[in-house]
Amino acid sequence: MSKHDFKQVLEPTPFHARVDEQCMVKNWTSWNGYQTARVYDTLAAEYFAIRSSCSVMDLTPMEKYRITGPDAFTFLSRLVVRDISKLQAGRVTYVLWCNDEGKVLDDGTIFQLAENDYRLCSQHHQLDWLLLSSLGMDVDISQETHEVAALAVQGPTSYSVLTEAGFSGLSQLKPFRILQTNLHGFEVMISRTGYTGDLGYELWTDPANALEMWDAIFAVQHLYNIRPIGLDALEIVRIEAGFIMPGDDFNTAETTVRADHDRSPFELGMGWVVNFDKPYFTGKRALIAEHSLPVKRRLVKMSVTGNKPPADSFLFDGKNGKRIGTINSQVWSPILKANLAMADIEYRNGMKPPEIWAEIYYQKELEWRATWAECRIVEKPFWSHPRRSATPPGQY
Amino acid sequence: MTRSVVIVGAGHNGLICAAYLAKSGYEVTVLEARDRVGGGASTVSFADGYSVSGLAHILHSLSSKVCRELNLAGSGLEAGPPVDTISLDRQGQHLTLGANTVTGDGVSQKDVEAYRDFKKEFRTYAAALDPLMMNKPPRLKDMDSQDKFTLAKIGWKLRFGLGAKSMREFLRVGGINIYDVLNEIFDNETLKGAIALDAVLGHHMGPRTPNTVLTYLHRVRGENQGLQTLPPGGMGQVTQAISDAAHGFGASIRPGEKVKRILVNDGKASGVELFSGEQLHADIVVSNADAKTTFLDLVGTGELDAMFAHRVNKTRTRGTVAKVYIALRELPQFRDLSPAQLGQRLLVVPDMRYLEHAFNHAKYGEFSQAPVLEITIPSIADPSLAPAGHHVMSVSASYAPYELKDGWEQQRTVFMDNVIALIGEYAPGFEQLVVDKEILTPVDIETEYGLTGGHWHQGEMTIDQSFMMRPVHGSAQYDTPVEGLFLCGATAHPGGNVTGIPGHNAAQRILKIQGEPG
Repeated sequence: MSKHDFKQVLEPTPFHARVDEQCMVKNWTSWNGYQTARVYDTLAAEYFAIRSSCSVMDLTPMEKYRITGPDAFTFLSRLVVRDISKLQAGRVTYVLWCNDEGKVLDDGTIFQLAENDYRLCSQHHQLDWLLLSSLGMDVDISQETHEVAALAVQGPTSYSVLTEAGFSGLSQLKPFRILQTNLHGFEVMISRTGYTGDLGYELWTDPANALEMWDAIFAVQHLYNIRPIGLDALEIVRIEAGFIMPGDDFNTAETTVRADHDRSPFELGMGWVVNFDKPYFTGKRALIAEHSLPVKRRLVKMSVTGNKPPADSFLFDGKNGKRIGTINSQVWSPILKANLAMADIEYRNGMKPPEIWAEIYYQKELEWRATWAECRIVEKPFWSHPRRSATPPGQY
Repeated sequence: MTRSVVIVGAGHNGLICAAYLAKSGYEVTVLEARDRVGGGASTVSFADGYSVSGLAHILHSLSSKVCRELNLAGSGLEAGPPVDTISLDRQGQHLTLGANTVTGDGVSQKDVEAYRDFKKEFRTYAAALDPLMMNKPPRLKDMDSQDKFTLAKIGWKLRFGLGAKSMREFLRVGGINIYDVLNEIFDNETLKGAIALDAVLGHHMGPRTPNTVLTYLHRVRGENQGLQTLPPGGMGQVTQAISDAAHGFGASIRPGEKVKRILVNDGKASGVELFSGEQLHADIVVSNADAKTTFLDLVGTGELDAMFAHRVNKTRTRGTVAKVYIALRELPQFRDLSPAQLGQRLLVVPDMRYLEHAFNHAKYGEFSQAPVLEITIPSIADPSLAPAGHHVMSVSASYAPYELKDGWEQQRTVFMDNVIALIGEYAPGFEQLVVDKEILTPVDIETEYGLTGGHWHQGEMTIDQSFMMRPVHGSAQYDTPVEGLFLCGATAHPGGNVTGIPGHNAAQRILKIQGEPG
């Protein structure tokens, strides 16, 4: 950890010199305490870089933990609700984990780097929970958020860009697999993972090589449109891709004070990552009990009719009907030309409501107006593309 | 079909639980790591031809309901005659404390009356808590009808059993420390010291520690069951009688069988594995071990939720008492103490300041420079415990913290010799009578008796580790997160001392959840 300067409220990442240079609007925010750009210059340009060409995002602030030792697998298996017994070295899997009551603490990905050697990435700080969960197990857990510089390179041309930039061996890399390679003599780990629902990679290296890696990618800018992107563009594509955001789409259990304001995997529509047919994991008993009853509420993906943004809208079971929920996050999807939303709604007898209506307040030249918009639950990702998983990837 | 139960540990609570379950028709096997039953309440031999109660050496709290229902007298239980408590004074102005009376040269008539009233009042408080003691502690969430009934009875007993005035006083003193309460009531320093010792013995507490009124109430509650005695044959005789009763009901008791782990199959306890490699399968597993041993060692954290395991791990189990056995060539002469008085319970705790100072050391990982002693010479009433003409002395010496800064290996004999020298200050020439001596530090107690931290009560009996939070919430009603696994030891409500209540309550709970076998 670098020395703390009290005048420096937010920690710069190893890419900061380039990020600062490229960030025209200086629209900074804190992501896990790191100085992070919301937007570099134009949101629309950044969004279309992800969907149409190639985007680069500084991923360093994502929480990263290294988990090693003889009980590393046992520890992780007990931590997460998913069966990870098929995970092997060089592979990545998506997981989420719960507290004793079966309420979700966070989600993330496990990278198996080698035997008894894993990296866990999470949205929020989890070190205390990890340490607490390691009682009685022979495992070493350390936070390596600052020790690993990470970039997400995502978009249809990301494969071509990286190949052109000098990374070799990507053509056979399948989704959720890891490639250990090198660039200009330093080691880079590349995983075919991402948060965009499109073809994309995440690059991991020593912070000392961060700027050189960044420069190598942007050196092929004369051939491809490559843009650094901020968190705002990511928010649009992650909703399009149907990924949940702990803390935004639901209260994480650790931060929840009020009864029933935390959420189980089933209530988040994430039942598919819960495996009861595996050894005990934290929350299993509670989840088995919950699963025997009809689900009471769900976080759902919805498309909302019309073009008015349903920001913070209440949801009803009919126009002027009974209130059944709220919208947690929403975006206008430029590629789908639709209002997309993540919403928390009540189920009755385990069934989704037959109708859902959003009451939308919007402004026209400072005058507030209200309208109703019908909503439709979408079970699959709003947007997906076959190139996301094609191997070898298309050479766009 | 008769259902099978394996009980891990033949402490008095394990045996009582076994007796109740066997009586109800369960097929019960009790596994005990040591070569004899009784756990902390057993009689052990040391030196050559001397026997002494292993840890607990005074019987003062055994539930009368348990004795009656299991007909322990019919199995040979012999409590022995009641003994007084004598607080020793260097100048020979000893105080004798009975259940309601206090006598001695230095004690005023005012204190004599205050003692009588104080004991009466505190016994009433203790009795008011009875419904809570003999039942599972009510849950705060999802109460069943029994929980509601228990709470209603407690409420009724506190309000109408005690009356408004007593209840107000109970609420005032219930959570505070014994030091303040005794200073309000008494003048005599030795008297206050002797009472305060009963509030802190076995706990990591001094008289000024909050909560010591509650621990004292536990002690007084014991008096409601019967007066303190030195059972002939030592405490082992008591637990042997319970064991015989359990055996009489059909339980199989197997000493010398150490359990390595509790088998859990798909979230349900399915039996135990012994260190010998043998596996015993059972429908129900009951653990008489403390919560840390049961969950963290025998079950393993991998079968538990992370926060639950963490809560168990954070329970306070720091033992503070060392046991010293002393073999004597003849009866020692204490200043101004008759031979009859020597057979009583003797205390070295001159006043509450002395007691608090003794505790101060424990806070910093040191043993008390001037220890507090509880002494018995059981061979006076039962000469068979020592060779002819010889005697055996049993001393509970506080404070001897489990985590000693300098480590016990180097310090054990230093502390033991301190204790013997201190006794010598009250009984001149005592050291010359010592034939042999042995000390059990809390570390030894942990090793020998399997009590985590060497803690007498399988965990501090503070408010945060009592009632619906004993040992931790999530397993406070004897059942545990692991289906079919139950706790029956002092680690469970209402806690330590040889009461038999945890064993009794656990059995009731098992019968309630699992039903009568057959």
